[in-house]
This record gives sequence, C-alpha cells and structure tokens, in this order.
Amino acid sequence: MQTSTSSMPLPKRLIGFFAVTIALTAAVAVLGIILGMVGSFVSNGGGGVTWTFLSEFPRNNNTEGGIWPALAGTTLLVLLMTILGVPVGTATAIYLTEFAKQDSWFARSVRFAVNTLAGVPSIVFGLFGVGFFIQFMGNGIDGWLGTSSFGDGSLLWSAATLAVLTLPVVIVAVEEALRAVPRDLREASLALGATRWQTIVKVVVPNAVTGILTGSILAVGRGAGEVAAILFVGVTYSSESIPSAVTEKFMHLGYHLFVLSTQSPDVDLTLPLQYATTLVLLGLTFLLNLTAILIRSRLRKR
Amino acid sequence: MSNPFKQTRKRPGEWIMEWSIRLVASASIVMIFLILLFVMREAATLFVSAEATTEATSTPSAGSNMEPESYNPDAPAEAAASEPDVYNPEAEDPTTTQQQGEPGAPGQFIYASKNPKYPEIYNPDTGLLPEDIDVVAEDQAEVDTTRKTSVLSKLTGDQWQPVGDVPKFGVKPLLIGTLKTTTIAILIGAPLGILAALYVAFFAKRRVREVVKPAIELLAGFPSVVIGFFCLVTVASFIQDITGAPYRLNAVVGGIGLALAVIPIVFSIAEDALSAVPKTLREASLALGSTEWQTAYRVMLPAAAPGVFAAVLLGIGRAFGETMIAIMATGNAPLSSFSPLEPARTVAATIGSEMGEVVWGSEHYGVLFFMGVLLFVFSFGLNAVTELYVKKRLIKKFQGQ
Repeated sequence: MQTSTSSMPLPKRLIGFFAVTIALTAAVAVLGIILGMVGSFVSNGGGGVTWTFLSEFPRNNNTEGGIWPALAGTTLLVLLMTILGVPVGTATAIYLTEFAKQDSWFARSVRFAVNTLAGVPSIVFGLFGVGFFIQFMGNGIDGWLGTSSFGDGSLLWSAATLAVLTLPVVIVAVEEALRAVPRDLREASLALGATRWQTIVKVVVPNAVTGILTGSILAVGRGAGEVAAILFVGVTYSSESIPSAVTEKFMHLGYHLFVLSTQSPDVDLTLPLQYATTLVLLGLTFLLNLTAILIRSRLRKR
Repeated sequence: MSNPFKQTRKRPGEWIMEWSIRLVASASIVMIFLILLFVMREAATLFVSAEATTEATSTPSAGSNMEPESYNPDAPAEAAASEPDVYNPEAEDPTTTQQQGEPGAPGQFIYASKNPKYPEIYNPDTGLLPEDIDVVAEDQAEVDTTRKTSVLSKLTGDQWQPVGDVPKFGVKPLLIGTLKTTTIAILIGAPLGILAALYVAFFAKRRVREVVKPAIELLAGFPSVVIGFFCLVTVASFIQDITGAPYRLNAVVGGIGLALAVIPIVFSIAEDALSAVPKTLREASLALGSTEWQTAYRVMLPAAAPGVFAAVLLGIGRAFGETMIAIMATGNAPLSSFSPLEPARTVAATIGSEMGEVVWGSEHYGVLFFMGVLLFVFSFGLNAVTELYVKKRLIKKFQGQ
C-alpha cells in the first residue's frame, strides 16, 4: 500500500521515516529486553538445572541442594487450585454464553465483576486469604469441628486464594472457546428435540473442551508464578517433607526464589541456585503459556 | 448469544442444574463483595476498638518492642536517655541485621546489600533509617498523647515506623514511594507498549506480526518474582554503573521492573483497540493521499484513543498494585523523597513485607489491612472508569460519530 512518498518534501519524508522507525524501535526494544532476560537466565542458570537439583531437598539453610519440595509444593498447589477454581469459572462462562441475555443487568454485573477481579492487585487477594479463608472460614471450621488445623495458613487456603485470583483467567478463556462453537451445532441439536441443558452438556461443552483446557493451563501458569497472594496464606521457606494433607504448609518455587534472593544471609553464595530456580520457574510458566497460546491459535483458526 | 429457541418445557432436574449454574455464575460478584467486606473487617479493628488494639500493639515478642508498657510518661528524660541502647545506629549495619534475622527465620526480611557501603536496608525491627534517630527522643514525651490521638491523624503522619516504641503509621512516605515508582513505570512502559502496539498493528508485515505479538504477550506470563530477580541482579548493577546512584536498589530500578510488568498489558489492550478501528477509516485516509505513517499517527491512533487511554489506566493499576517486584527492586526505605535515584517503599510492598511478621489483630495489622482497602478501592475505581466511561466512548466513536 505504498503511496507516493517520493512526491513529498524532504522534511515530511524524514518525519515519516522517524515515525515508523520509533515504533519499530519500541517493538525491537521490548523483544530485546525479553530475549536479554531469558538469555541471562539460561546462560547463568542452565548449568545448575540438573536431575539432582530437581530431585533433592535443600540443605544447609537453603544454601545447597535442590528444589524438590518447592517443585512438589507448587504442583500440589496448582492442582488443588484447578480443582477448586476451574469448575466455577467454567460454570460462569457457560452462564455468560448460553443462558444470559447479554444486556440483562445480572450478566452485565457478572462481566463487570470478572473484569474488576482481574484488576485487583494480587496482594489484596493475600489479605483476603488471611481475612476470609484463615480468620473467618478456618477459625469457623475449627470452632465447629473442634480441630485446630484450619485456622492457620495451609495448602488448602492458598489454593482457594489462588482459585479466586485466577477465576477471571479461566472465565475469559472458556468463554472464548464456547463462543467459537458454531451456532449451527446448537441449532441442530435443538432441532432434533434436545433440551437446552442436553445441548449444553452433550454438544457445546464437548466441543469446547480444548478451551476449558486452555483456561486451566493459563490459570495454572498464573498460579505457579504468583507469590504475593500466598505470602501469608500458607507458604513456608523450608520444609522437611512434601505436604501430605491439605492443612499443611508447603514450599513454593516463586517464594523459594524470593527467599533465596532477598532473605538469605549470603546472597552471593546462593546466586547459582537462584539462577537455576529462576530458570525452572520461568521454564515451567513459559511452557504452560506457550501450550495455551498454541491451542488458542488453533482454536481461532477453526 | 441468547438462545432464540424459547424453551417452554423443562425437566425438573435440568431446571435445578440451570439455576445452580446461574448461582455459581454469581460467584465473581460475591467474591468482589467478600474481598471488600473481609479486608475491611480486618481493618475495622483500627476504628472500632481503639483500646483493645493498644493492648495488642505492644505484644510483639522481640525484646525492644515490649518497651512501651514500661514507659513512664512522667519521666520522658529517662526514656530518652535509655534510647541509644534501643535505637542503635549500628543496627543499620548489614552484619548486625543479618544476625537479628537468623537465616531463614520466618517472616524476617533481610534486605541484604551486595555493597556493604550502601546498605539498602530497612530494618523491620526498628523501622528506622539513620536520619530518624534523633527524632525519636523528642517523641517519647508524646507517648501518651500519641496513643490517644485518632487513627486518622496517625495515618496522615509523615513517618512510617510501624515497629518501634512509638509506632508511627504515617502513610505519606509510602504514597510518595508508590507515586514515584508508578510514575517511572508508566513513563517507561506506556510509550514502549503503545508504540510497539502501533508497530504490530500497522507497520509490521503479517508474518512478523505473528511472531512479535505472541512474544510480547509471553512477557505477561513472566512471574513477577522472576522480573524482580532480574532487576535485583542485573538491572540494579546496570543502573548503578550508568548513573552512579548511591543506592544500588532505588526507585528507578523498581520502576523499570514495574514497567516490564506494565508493557504487556498496555501492549495487548492498545493493540486490541488499534486493530478494532474500522478498516474504512484507514482506507479513506489512504485514499485521500496520506501516507501510511500519517494514517497511523493522525487517524488510527486518535480513533483508538479511548482504548489506548484504557490501556494506560490498567497499566497504572498493575504498577501500583504489583508487590514482588516492588519488594525486591525498590530498596524499600520509607523516605519522603521524590528523587528517583533514592530508594522507595510502595504501599503494596509494605503490606507484602510486613504482614508476615505482624501480630494478628494488632494495630499494625489493622493499618496494613486498611492499606489493602485503599489498594482495592483504587483498582476498583480505575476499572470502573475504563469499563463505564472509556468503553462507552469507544463504541460511540465507532458507531455514531
């Protein structure tokens, strides 16, 4: 779409060149920063990521050894989070696409709430975890059952907090997938005499399974890297064992990195460990996000 | 996509299922209310039972914190005399701090510096910076009065010293710190994000776009601890090398870190807005003889302005609420200084680093929750503005004119 640039006076052509170049520079700069970051982690931490690093417990006050409990804790956390959050997110998305009249005030408020939830700072979710899950629900359950294990930070409450935090991620992804299911399929099903509920359960949802998967993966990617929200809801800096009950505290990759890089007595000593941990954490979230992006782009093409 | 086929008959089981879906769908709304309610409930201890909280404030187990109970208001001189022992300037020395926070003691935050000459240390036990020390003695006379002054006047003070003999909860330095880092983050992040979006939306070839767009969106998936770590080890040294800043960790380093979190948000929302501008506008502009860049900057960008504005607003929301990057890269000293090369302490970072060591139910705890309410209300407001105002304008612009 090249127009007759050459007929313009020189200063204008210069401005034009500058205008395009500055946009290009910005894009290149952002890409450069990303590549520089990843490059620095790979070159400094690549050698540290070995099988023993991944499979050993940390030793000597987190200055030696591996990250196994952090890896396991993160995995358990995101699994529990998925179990708690994805059904709610999926149901909300089904409501928004299948039931709701788009301009009803309830649908609009749900949408507004989802957008708001996405914008709430993660540290506020952490406070919410303390105020609601630990203080209110945990102490409530303890008082009711006569136990003493719920009124403190734990895997369960952290997973619940993260489930609320990642709710918008799931809803947006699943909604997009449900909307991608062709209208013809719905109409064909209804024309054959199926009820609306049967259509949703047997036609719409099976066709949107990849979308639900994408939503879960994106949520897991977000949850795996989130530290601020779980800081005081159950994460711990050191643990002798892998948690065996949901009421136990757990180690987390992101928090482990935070502890190593800011709270260790000798930060320089553990620098190789920090780089290796960063690389594992970034690799994990990167893989998850990449998978989601690939599934999504396939979905869009369809 | 509401169903055009009105269902007249429903089986009871299905009716129940449909209504439970509706019920679950309200979860997001319920959560918004619960967040506000329960964060406010914990903050309410501040305003409701002032006497009870005074008791709780003095319970932290660390020895020096027990002091307030023993202070005799009649003998301010004596209290002042005993001060030097408690507020030992040496406590700012990195080695001492490291002893206090034994390796990995839970909730202890040691901001160890790589350069002992310039400790970026904010000692949570004393909450003091070197220059504050002489002020403390005078404050002792006010112990009694300070205790009784209202919560609001405490919050509007000039100093943030949450753990001390006279805890001070002046949020001004924290607000200044937040303002400072957020401004730097937006000044760096917004232009980069918008220009990159402009490039991807208008100038890039299709094949380039298909690589660049997901690559920048991947940055959104970077955990904030990872960005914080990158700033801590790499950006901080780089900035100190080029500016010669006395503190290794400062507002600029933090601002750059926050900008890295802001860029993908600004980019993807601005890119969406720019691509949503109707093709007819672009074609009309080109048909009138203007060049690609003139069309991009003078037609498309103004047309998408509300969307770009929304992108910047949401970027601001991300920057001031971001916690881990702020804790790790800003230096965390609660200074009331606007200098970008001095350390800053943001509201979110304060909650993040102090919540772990605070006595639950104490006044300090209430103040941290109160700041949580502030963060929530601010982010809610930003979101409401983008939702209700900006989107309406965008729709009007493209449909009506």
